[in-house]
Amino acid sequence: MSNSLYERIGGEAAVNAAVDLFYRKVLSDHRINRFFDSTDMDAQIAKQKAFFTYAFGGPNNYTGKDMRSAHERLVKMGMNGSHFDAVMEHLGGTLHELKVPEDLIAEAASIALGARSDVLGL
Amino acid sequence: MFDLTIENSRVTCRPGETVLDALLRENIDIPYGCKAGVCQSCVVQSLDAKPPETAQGDLKDTLKSSGHFLACQCHPEQPMTLKLSKQAARFAECTVAANAPLNRNTQLLVIEIADAHRYKAGQFVNLQRGDGLTRSYSIANIPHASGTLEFHIRRLPGGRFSAWVHAELKVGDAIWASEPQGHCFYLPDRKDQGILLIGTGTGLAPLAGILADALAHGHSGPIRLFHGSREHEDLYHVEQMRALAERHPNFSYTACVSSGDAPAGIVQGRANEAALAAHPDLSRWRVFLCGHPDMVRTTQKQAYLKGARLADIYCDAFVVSADPAPQS
Repeated sequence: MSNSLYERIGGEAAVNAAVDLFYRKVLSDHRINRFFDSTDMDAQIAKQKAFFTYAFGGPNNYTGKDMRSAHERLVKMGMNGSHFDAVMEHLGGTLHELKVPEDLIAEAASIALGARSDVLGL
Repeated sequence: MFDLTIENSRVTCRPGETVLDALLRENIDIPYGCKAGVCQSCVVQSLDAKPPETAQGDLKDTLKSSGHFLACQCHPEQPMTLKLSKQAARFAECTVAANAPLNRNTQLLVIEIADAHRYKAGQFVNLQRGDGLTRSYSIANIPHASGTLEFHIRRLPGGRFSAWVHAELKVGDAIWASEPQGHCFYLPDRKDQGILLIGTGTGLAPLAGILADALAHGHSGPIRLFHGSREHEDLYHVEQMRALAERHPNFSYTACVSSGDAPAGIVQGRANEAALAAHPDLSRWRVFLCGHPDMVRTTQKQAYLKGARLADIYCDAFVVSADPAPQS
C-alpha cells in the first residue's frame, strides 16, 4: 500500500516550506491580495497551513460545509472563479519552486480543485 | 502509560492517546482546534521532561527550547509535569534596587530576583503591586549576569501602575514578578545571521536586552538597531547605544524621530520605514519588532514580503491597559 500524498510530499515540514513561499506570492498578487490581507498575520498563516495540509491530503477534519462557511465572507467581497484560479496558479508555482515532482503537484492540485464549488459557494 | 501532572491533578495517558486526548477525557479545560498540529491552539509547556520532537512541530525555536509542545501531537515517552497556558502564573517577591528617570516620561526600574537564570532578555513578566494591580513589562537586561531584572516604564496618561512606579515606588520596596513569558528573545545559533531590531518608544527595552544578549554570545553577523519616538525628548539610551556601536563594529544604531525637526545625528522619520528602506532584502535576516501594535503588525508583513522567513520574525506588540500583553 502506498503512503498518503501528505507523507510522500514531506508532511508538516513541506507544509511549512510551502506556506512561507506561497503566502508571500499571494500577498504580492494584486488580483487577490485583498482577500488575504489581515492585520493578524499569525492567524492568516495558520489558515494557509490548514490549506496546504488539506491540499496534501493531510490530517484534517474539514467538511464541505466548513469550506463554505469559512469562505462565505470572501464570496460576499466578490471572490469568484478567477481568484480561485489565481490561487491555484500560486499553489502550482510554489510546489514547482520547491522542486516537488510533477505527479505529486498534480495530485495536490486535484485535491484543491475538488473544493472549488464549496469555496466559491456554488 | 505515563502520568501527566498538572498542578494538583494527575492524569494517566493511555497507549495510543495523545496528551490532548487524555486531558479532554478527564474534562480538563484546555483550548484546542484542529487536532492536526496545524492551528497551535493546544500549546502546553512541559516543566520537566523534554517533549518528543514530533510534538513540537513548527513552533518557534524559542518556544521549543522552553519545553512547549502541541498537546494534540504528543504521545508521551515519559511522565511529564505540564503547565497549561491559562494556568495562573506564580509571583515571586522582589526588591526594588533602582528606580531612576531615563527621560521625561520613562523610568528605569531595576528589581532583584531569585532564579534570575530562568529569565531571558527580551521576554516579559507581569509585575504586581501589593494590592494586586498587575501590568506586563519586557526585560531590558541579561538577568543572570546581575541577578536583576530591568524594565523601562513609560508614564501613560491615566495609567495607574506607571503613575505608581513614577511617583511612589522606592528603592527597597517590595514588588512581585511572574514567571518569564513570551518567545521574543535571542537564541545563540546561526551567529553569522543578520539581526534587525526595530522598536518604538519603550519597545527599546526588549531590544536592548536582546542586543546585549547577542553581543554577550559573540554574535558575529551584523546587528542593526532602529529606535524611534515621536519627539526627540522621548528618545533615551542614545549615548549608551552610540558607545556600544563604537565598541562593536558589527553593531549599528539609528535613532529616529517622526515629528518635528531631528537634531544632528538623528534621522527624521519612522524607525520601521527607515529600517526597511535600508534593507531591501531580508531573506537571511532575523527580525525583532517591539512597540506600538500597528507598527509591529505592518512591519511584520513588510519584513516577510522582503523575504524574511516567518519563523525568523519575532514580534512583541505592546498593548495598553489590563490586556495581558506587555506594555514595555
